[in-house]
Amino acid sequence: MELIKEDLKTNPAIVADKIVNSPLVVKNLQQHSLKQVLAALSDRAVSNSENILERAAKAVGLKPNIIVEKTVTIDRAATELYNYWRDLTNLPTFMGHLKSVTHKDEAGKVSHWVADAPLDFTVEWDAEIVRDEPGHLIAWSALENAQIDNCGFVRFQPATGGRGTQVKVVLEYQPPGGALTDAIASLFGESPQEQIGDELNRFKQLMETGEIATTEGQPQGS
Amino acid sequence: MKAVCWHDKHDVRVETVPDPTILNPRDAIIKITSTAICGSDLHLYEGNIPTMESGDILGHEFMGEVVEVGREVKNLKKGDRVVVPFTIACGGCFFCKKDLWSLCDNSNPNTWMAEKFYGHSPSAIYGYSHLLGGYAGGQAQYARVPYADVGPIKIPDGLEDDKVLFLTDIFPTGYMAAENADIEPGDTVAVWGCGPVGQFAIKSAYMLGAERVIAIDRFPERLLMAQEQGNAEVINYEEIDPGEALKEMTGGRGPDRCIDAVGLEAHGTDAMAVYDEIKQGVKLETGRPTALRQAIVACRKGGTVSIPGVYGGFADKIPLGAIVNKALTLRSGQTHVQKYLQPLLERIQQEEIDPSFVISHRLNIEDAPKGYEIFRNKKDNCTKVVLKP
Repeated sequence: MELIKEDLKTNPAIVADKIVNSPLVVKNLQQHSLKQVLAALSDRAVSNSENILERAAKAVGLKPNIIVEKTVTIDRAATELYNYWRDLTNLPTFMGHLKSVTHKDEAGKVSHWVADAPLDFTVEWDAEIVRDEPGHLIAWSALENAQIDNCGFVRFQPATGGRGTQVKVVLEYQPPGGALTDAIASLFGESPQEQIGDELNRFKQLMETGEIATTEGQPQGS
Repeated sequence: MKAVCWHDKHDVRVETVPDPTILNPRDAIIKITSTAICGSDLHLYEGNIPTMESGDILGHEFMGEVVEVGREVKNLKKGDRVVVPFTIACGGCFFCKKDLWSLCDNSNPNTWMAEKFYGHSPSAIYGYSHLLGGYAGGQAQYARVPYADVGPIKIPDGLEDDKVLFLTDIFPTGYMAAENADIEPGDTVAVWGCGPVGQFAIKSAYMLGAERVIAIDRFPERLLMAQEQGNAEVINYEEIDPGEALKEMTGGRGPDRCIDAVGLEAHGTDAMAVYDEIKQGVKLETGRPTALRQAIVACRKGGTVSIPGVYGGFADKIPLGAIVNKALTLRSGQTHVQKYLQPLLERIQQEEIDPSFVISHRLNIEDAPKGYEIFRNKKDNCTKVVLKP
C-alpha cells in the first residue's frame, strides 16, 4: 500500500478525500487528527483550527486522541447498508453501549446521542453530520461542549468480485480526565478496536441474518 | 429441565436448570429424544479446550421434537422430528452460501475471542466453549436451536433415533474426512483412530472408491469393529510400529491417503509422545499430535493427509519437511454438517449404512457423569454413549 504523501494543507479537500478513501486510514492520517481531515472534507464551514489540547500535544510530539479503525465485509449492497446507518436512530440496535440517538432536525443532520455509563450515569452529546455521500460515506463530529469530544466516519465500498460491501469505521475521541474516564472505559472498552469490531459484527449479523446472535438469557448450571 | 453441566476437569454434573426459551426470531426449541457424548466432548472433560465456564451445558449431538418456533421459522412446526447439526450456521453469509457452514461468519457472538486465537472466527458450536459461541448444548431435555429455518433436517417416520442421531456430527465428520482425502479408484487409505469418527471414515472411504482401508488403534474391540463392520485391515500400534507396517503392507509406497481421526489427545509410545505430554501438562502446547506426525511421515509422495481430528490450539514438531519434500496436501476443518445432511440421510434410507453400529452404551441422562468416565477410560468396551433424556 502506498502512503499518501501530499500535505493536507496544500489541497485540503482533495487530500482529505484521498485519506478517507484509502485502505488504511489511520496509517494515512500521519501527523493529522481525524478531526482536521473531516473538517477539510466537510460540506459545511467547520472551523479548521486545532484546539488547545491538540496544539499542546503537538508541541511535545504526542497525539492526544485515540483513533480506531475497523473493517468488516457484509454480503449486502452498499446502498442498503448506508440507508440503514444513515437513520442514526438505528444505531443503538447493534451498538450495545448506546442508549439512544435522536435526530434534532428534519434532515437528520444534527443528532443527540445518549450512552450508558457506569453506576446508572449517562453520557450525552450532540453531533453533526459533516459529510454525507449517499451510498458511500457518513462523517460526523461532536458539537462544541460535548462531554466527549469525538468524531468519525463510516465508509461503504463494494468488495471485489461482487462479494458484498466493505464497511469501515474510523473513530477518534479525546479521553477526558476525571470522573468521565470510567465512562469512557465502559463506552469503548479496554480495547476500543475490539469493541468497534464487535459492533460491526453485530451490524453484519443484523443485515445478513435479520437478527443479532446471542446467548443472553439461555439456561446454565449453578 | 435436567442438563449435563461442565464444572471443571473431570467434573460434569446433572443439574436442574431453567428450560430454554426463544431468544431470536429464527430460533426453535427442541424436546430432545436422543443425545450423545462425542469424543470431542472428552477434550472438554480433560480441560483441554480453553474458555469453558462452570455451569456450561454440554453436548452437540442431539435430535428431538420441535415444541416451539420463533416467528421467522416457517419450515418447521410443532411436532416435527429433527436432527440438529452441531455447527451453528446462519445460511446467509459468504461462507454458508459456499457450503462452508462450519465457517459461518455470523453465529458466534464471541467472535473477538476466536479472532484472538485463530485470526478469524469459525461458526459457533453447541456446548463447546465460549470461544466457539458459548451456546448451551444438547445433553439436556430441551435445547434452543438458532437459525432453525436453515439448520435442522426433518426425519421421516419409521427411522428410529439410533439410525439418524449421528447425522448431527460423527457420520458427516467421517464422511467429510474421506471426501477431503481426495480418494481415487484403487487408493489405499490409512485411518488413525478407530473411535466413532474413524469408523465412519473407514466406511466412507469405501463409499468414495477406496480399494483398501487400513485402520490403526490400540484397543482390540475398536480394531475388531473396524475389521468386522468396516472391512478394514488393522494395525495395533502397541504391537507393531505403524510406519513400518504401513510401508510393508503397501509395497513400500505408503498409503495414498491418510486420515487423522485422533486429534489433540493422541496417545503415543515413543519419546516424542512423552515430550508432548509434559509440554501439554504445563500448557506450552495444547495438542499432542502423535497421530498426525505418523500420518505425515507414512503418507505416500504426493498423497493427501486429511485431519478430522480436533486440534484446538498449538502443536509442536510437525514434520513440515516431509510435507514440503513429499508434496503432500493437508486438508482439515470442522464439518460442514448442513451440506451432508440430505445426501447421508438418503444413504441411511437406502440402507447403505446403519450408523447405530458404533453404539456401545445407552444410558439415562442421570448417568451422564458415569458415561463420560467410562468413555474417557475406554472401560467396558465403550465406543459410543447415547443418553436418553
